Amino acid sequence: MGFSGLIVQILNGFAEASSLFMIAAGLSIIFGVTRIVNFAHGSFFMIGAYVAYTVVERFGDPMWFWPGIIIAAVASALVGLMVELTLLRRIYRAPELTQLLATYAVMLIVQDLVLYLWGPVPLLGPRAPGLEGAVNILGRQFPTYSLFLIVAGPLTLAALWALVTRTRWGRLVRAATQDREMVSALGINQAWLFTSIFVLGAFVAGMGGALQIPREPASLEMDVHAITSAFVVVVVGGLGSLPGAFIAAILVAQVKAVCLWIGILEIGPFAISLSKFTIVVEFVVMAVVLIFRPYGLMGTRPALLRHTRNLTSSMLIAPLRARGWILAAIILVAFAIVPQLRGSFPYMPILMLEIIIMVMFATSLQLLMGPGGMHSFGHAAYFGLGAYAAAAIVGYWNLPLELALVVGVGGAVVGAIVLGWFSVRLSGVYLAMLTLAFAQIVWAVFYQFEGLAGGENGITGVWPEGLFGGRDAFYYLAVGCLIVSLAFLYRTLFSPFGYALRAARDSAIRAESIGMDVSRLQWQSFLLAASVAGIAGALYALSKGSVSPEILSASRSIEGLVMVVLGGEYAIGGGMLGAVVFVWLRDTIGYNAEYWRAVLGVITIFLLLVLPQGLASLLRFTESLKRAKE
Amino acid sequence: MTLLTVQNVGKSFGGVRANHDISFALKSGELLALIGPNGAGKSTLFNIINGQTNADTGSVRFEGTELSGLQPRQIWRLGVGRTFQVAFPFGSMTAIENVQVALMSRDRKIFNFWRWGRNYCRDEALGLLQRVALTDQAEKPCNYMAYGDVKRLELAVALANKPRLLLMDEPTAGMAPQERNELMALTKRLVLEDGLSVLFTEHSMDVVFAYSDRIVVLARGELIAEGSPAEVRANAKVQEVYFGTGNTFETEGQAS
Repeated sequence: MGFSGLIVQILNGFAEASSLFMIAAGLSIIFGVTRIVNFAHGSFFMIGAYVAYTVVERFGDPMWFWPGIIIAAVASALVGLMVELTLLRRIYRAPELTQLLATYAVMLIVQDLVLYLWGPVPLLGPRAPGLEGAVNILGRQFPTYSLFLIVAGPLTLAALWALVTRTRWGRLVRAATQDREMVSALGINQAWLFTSIFVLGAFVAGMGGALQIPREPASLEMDVHAITSAFVVVVVGGLGSLPGAFIAAILVAQVKAVCLWIGILEIGPFAISLSKFTIVVEFVVMAVVLIFRPYGLMGTRPALLRHTRNLTSSMLIAPLRARGWILAAIILVAFAIVPQLRGSFPYMPILMLEIIIMVMFATSLQLLMGPGGMHSFGHAAYFGLGAYAAAAIVGYWNLPLELALVVGVGGAVVGAIVLGWFSVRLSGVYLAMLTLAFAQIVWAVFYQFEGLAGGENGITGVWPEGLFGGRDAFYYLAVGCLIVSLAFLYRTLFSPFGYALRAARDSAIRAESIGMDVSRLQWQSFLLAASVAGIAGALYALSKGSVSPEILSASRSIEGLVMVVLGGEYAIGGGMLGAVVFVWLRDTIGYNAEYWRAVLGVITIFLLLVLPQGLASLLRFTESLKRAKE
Repeated sequence: MTLLTVQNVGKSFGGVRANHDISFALKSGELLALIGPNGAGKSTLFNIINGQTNADTGSVRFEGTELSGLQPRQIWRLGVGRTFQVAFPFGSMTAIENVQVALMSRDRKIFNFWRWGRNYCRDEALGLLQRVALTDQAEKPCNYMAYGDVKRLELAVALANKPRLLLMDEPTAGMAPQERNELMALTKRLVLEDGLSVLFTEHSMDVVFAYSDRIVVLARGELIAEGSPAEVRANAKVQEVYFGTGNTFETEGQAS
């Protein structure tokens, strides 16, 4: 494509930037004030699109498109209101991750709700009345509607900016972004301020969704696509900054546009299809920005919150006592006898094998999250690297399985050496987003390069032979790996390293002041966590007989987070408990319920509200009773 | 013998001159107080010495070693301990674990993955707790400890690597008068026992004049006076900074 093609792509980029900004703007303001990373924000975008479609459909007249936009925005705002009043209000003081998972659960529920109301088929909306045509730009046809979108973005920014800078409400929003405790100390009803912000964010997102339907059909994947792009935009722009979000939206959209224009890039023998690369290019942008500007383009170091819920009593850990060891022994025996039950429960060993692998995955992630205090959103990267390394050993080179496990660990550790080094320079949400970006980039590499590891199809025919090739033998090998990994992680937790890591989490500045290199400690913890995740991944590849890029997907990383939080991120055995319950639930519900996502979402929210410190707190019940008596 | 030399230190934040051309020295075995009204530049100077901030100009030497450009953790290894204005121990640990983790760091064992941390130098840690009279609370999670006890715990942690210089940022902030005196008396005793030196910033003048050997006074980023408590008390410039010119009080005194 020539120069005119570039111009058209760039114009397209600006149109794209407008709709990106409309999702990101609300997300950014909501985060600035409430500090909630709202996963459900993509859902408002999706609801807006579907409602706008239905309005036109119901009234039959395309002219209803225009009022439909407002109706859709209001509908999204109402859903937002409901979510805020019933759920978020209860968790404003909960830890960041609890909030995030609660909104993730909302997203799952909304997904199934939309599936129930509108069905699985994507719905293409009407063309915008009055803007159906196209204009001629340098000999190419460019949709008039896209020109309209190009204008709509800056207009939205101007409106929001005026609202935030010129009104009393806006002044409160800005004040609360800086110091929300002070605002409430001055007699402002925080609850309603939060509600109004959330509703406004949902309104703008719904409007963005409605404006999208003439360009792309309303579909069930819309929310996930929207939310990932919006996260990138908000983080690149700097959390809580509206102009930052606007600039970032343009940056991300234009980089994508240029990639589309270049098409296929040939470097030596490699032909990289940059147009296919657009799925990941936003993450590349985010990683680069975060490495050079850790708080985004226009962001500043976030103000500290003084009164988040004091969780330190659950952060206290002590080595297992008799009861804990007995429980561990019972679990171990249960794992060991499963293959003997194959006769009566033929499916049992398969499920148990998956549970074993996920226990290792979740427990290794827990090392980073609990003692390390780092919420990695990209743990699937290490799982996947381990899986691919092992699959290559067995599938490509027919080498023994034992070697595959070792190489699996090696692959994951090499990944962690590189990715961890960058990640530990950040903290909080920014660290979470950088790890997510890295995992997405790793995913794209495996997805993109056919020559490297089979591209989209992955590596198949990974069937190990030899001593552990048999069904039962492999199962026991997995149990062995589990025991070794858990013992290693447990020992590490109470080693000087474990103490130092917790010290660095409790207070980084104090840890530095007694001679600790905090970044190096955290980096090292990435390597340890990756090594165990690598074994888990290797076992996974060998048990399934194949690997595909799906193994590296963001949803796997998030599943890991859900497991750890469900189990209790600070409790010993929390990751294990969470993994067992999660895999079992997904297995039972997934095969028996049509709307399993919604069920999973409801269960997650229920558990987060009832057991904010995880399932493991049930086991500590007697202890808490004792403490209550004191 | 001179332990710490601060020479011509200057630091500006944007247009604000927080420290300008500050020089003084701290002798071995000395308790030196750094005082001044709010905004005098105490915290900036303090952070420059402990490595949290880099000075624009000048140098800070500890036993002849240049400190500027070093990380806080490197300065700690040279033998400079510190306590914080708001005591904030490692909240997920017990009192003794707080001390043990400092001992692990001292011994460069924090990358040891196998040793059982619970027993690490237990007796030595207990000994340190005993020096600050916390033996009976050794196994208490430090989040359940009273603030005065946490302050003493912090002192025990700071002593773990046998520092020769202790930097204390407002050691008695937020404490009741009785506790304040107990803490400073304890500090003074430790100083004498270990022959260590202390540089501390402080707002409560009773503590400063009762416990310091020498005082350095800052105002608006500059050093305006230096000397023994008696000399500083008599210094007209210091009185001016703290009380205004004094004329108001005199006239009022005469009127009544």
